[in-house]
Amino acid sequence: MRVGVITFPGTLDDRDAARAVNLSGAQAVSLWHAEADLKAVDAVILPGGFSYGDYLRCGAISRFAPVMELVIEAAGKGMPVLGICNGFQVLCESHLLPGALTRNSDLHFLCRDVEIEITNNETVWTTSFTQGEKITIPLKNGEGSFQCDDETLAQLEDQGRVIARYVGNNPNGSRNLIAGITNERGNVVGLMPHPEHAINELTGPSAQGLGFFTSILQAMVK
Amino acid sequence: MAIIVVDVMLKPEILDPQGNAVAAALPRLGFTFAKSVRQGKRFEIEVEGDPTPAQLAEVEKAAERLLSNPVIETYCVRVEN
Repeated sequence: MRVGVITFPGTLDDRDAARAVNLSGAQAVSLWHAEADLKAVDAVILPGGFSYGDYLRCGAISRFAPVMELVIEAAGKGMPVLGICNGFQVLCESHLLPGALTRNSDLHFLCRDVEIEITNNETVWTTSFTQGEKITIPLKNGEGSFQCDDETLAQLEDQGRVIARYVGNNPNGSRNLIAGITNERGNVVGLMPHPEHAINELTGPSAQGLGFFTSILQAMVK
Repeated sequence: MAIIVVDVMLKPEILDPQGNAVAAALPRLGFTFAKSVRQGKRFEIEVEGDPTPAQLAEVEKAAERLLSNPVIETYCVRVEN
């Protein structure tokens, strides 16, 4: 089972994401943004960071990288794709996911551990969790406020496509406390907080983030 | 030489925390005129000669595809001589 981890110029969390993939039992494969080659991976992770310096809008320039054209095509055919933080922003800019991530409501860059509730454990990235399970993982971003129009919001809610919500206070002004969403098919997931930074208790607030990576392994083995 | 200007603004229903922060700062400096403030982006695109309708149509396309995110933003293209 090969999981690609894309590196754009300015990506920060590719190493942690690769480490999480390897720890879950799959094999991480590095993918460079400028290469139009997915190296026969079974799934792709778009990690966090500040690709292209967040110039123009977060993810706006990365979305047109050669490797993204292949990711968009493969995602359309059902390949599992997980976008974390900046990766989530890239997925929204690519229109693989609806909505957009905008400046945190209090304008501060936030870096703290947050509790989120898994509200859909049926996507290929969330099957290791129980429905309603609460996990604590880091949140670190300046533009993490999930925004969309009322119609899209109603659609996301009605179709159970909100996969994770912040518990307690809203950290960034996201509509309906949304921390993560999925597409209609359930193969593309975007998540603002960072599960790859919570894979063991020595370096993270918990090891609960690992669930996202074991989920994809289970889904592919099935 | 002409400049094609593209103004990009957040849609009215999208929260603009930067605009709100500016609106809150103004009265602290004694400026009391603002009911609200919205902050946007302005692109100045230099072209040779007077822009042709075809060029302007291309800029419109670029504004839709790259310069703005139609999910949360609107844009406006105009020419400044």
